[in-house]
Amino acid sequence: MKGIRLEAAVDLIPEGASLMIGGFMAVGTPERLMDELVRQHRGGLTVIANDTARPGVGIGKLIDARLVRRLIVSHIGTNPETQRQMLADELEVELVPQGTLAERVRAGGFGLGGVLTATGIGTSVEHGKQSLEIDGRRFLVELPLRADFALIRGKRCDHKGNLDYSLTARNFNPLMALAADTVIAEAASIVPVGVIPPDEVSTPGVVVDYVVQRN
Amino acid sequence: MDQRILIATRVVQELQPGNLVNLGIGLPTLVANHLPPGLEVYFQSENGIIGMGPVPEEGMEEPDLTDAGGGYVSALPGATSIDSAMSFGLIRGGHLDVTVLGGLQVDEAGHLANWMVPGKMVPGMGGAMDLVCGARRVIVAMTHTARGTPKIVPECTLPLTSVRRVDLVVTELAVIEPTEQGLVLKEIAPNVTVDEVLANTSARLLVPDQVPTMQLPG
Repeated sequence: MKGIRLEAAVDLIPEGASLMIGGFMAVGTPERLMDELVRQHRGGLTVIANDTARPGVGIGKLIDARLVRRLIVSHIGTNPETQRQMLADELEVELVPQGTLAERVRAGGFGLGGVLTATGIGTSVEHGKQSLEIDGRRFLVELPLRADFALIRGKRCDHKGNLDYSLTARNFNPLMALAADTVIAEAASIVPVGVIPPDEVSTPGVVVDYVVQRN
Repeated sequence: MDQRILIATRVVQELQPGNLVNLGIGLPTLVANHLPPGLEVYFQSENGIIGMGPVPEEGMEEPDLTDAGGGYVSALPGATSIDSAMSFGLIRGGHLDVTVLGGLQVDEAGHLANWMVPGKMVPGMGGAMDLVCGARRVIVAMTHTARGTPKIVPECTLPLTSVRRVDLVVTELAVIEPTEQGLVLKEIAPNVTVDEVLANTSARLLVPDQVPTMQLPG
């Protein structure tokens, strides 16, 4: 783990990169990284996340600035601008059931070739996918997801990069922390090693590449 | 009684002590406000909490404690925060006793459509497909019609949320149970006739000789 300045963290991310971004309706989304992506106008992005929050908030900031070319999410209903860009063919959107999205990210991070789920059987989600019958029940084969970068947010981060999370700000963050080539973490506070007891570390620092320094 | 409150009040009667319950966004969230005193259930919100409590008083909100719609909530003693894989493990794995969801259409096969209107409204399925697929009991809480157009139809014309048959449909006019034989009219709302229910339903309803009236708290 290395500490990194905010501008330098976003410098690492090239145009057109794929990003996993933690958060659920912007709760648990690394907002400083969102603001800096907008400031440096890093475009052509593929974003894998639960949702795009609302205009002006969380991932909604990237949508407002038209930085996203492709989106893999479970829900866009709270962001009319996302829907507008999608219907105008300016933004490609793949909608994935939320539980399936979580498992595809988990599979990507845990070295699995995919997961089997009954969710989506008999619906438009099944289109173009392989299915398998196991003990008389049919399951869809859902493939793993990985990204170039994971941008995650913790409650506390220690000097080894160990992270814990706060309440409903946890959501996709610990899953995404394993599913990207480079993991950049933002935390509400940076604390000495030992402040987060071993039993309370949710994301081990060994998977975190960079921690965004305080301003 | 307000129609939405009537629906919520009737749905509450389906909950058993100790149930783990997930409420969808919109009308279903009203269910939490109408629990009778002493009925202890655990509300799960798929963004990652078991033991969700009421909206806190103004100025006492915690920005990292919200429901799936992003609104501020509180946590009750014994609450647990969980990640998204655990959240949906509970939902798909048969650990969630009841989900209450809104609906756009329910058909004679008991299929629910509630996540998109092609070309008009594409919010995405969020957690709905997992909830309908995995919850032990699926209750649809919705208005009986949409501006006069029946929502209980012979066959859904909107994209399905799941091919699992839902367990119960509660509207401001009736309680309907989808069964293998079809949609059974189980109860009618106070001051509503069976004919009114039939007139507002385009699906075929199986109507028993006696259809009781919903028993709602005064």
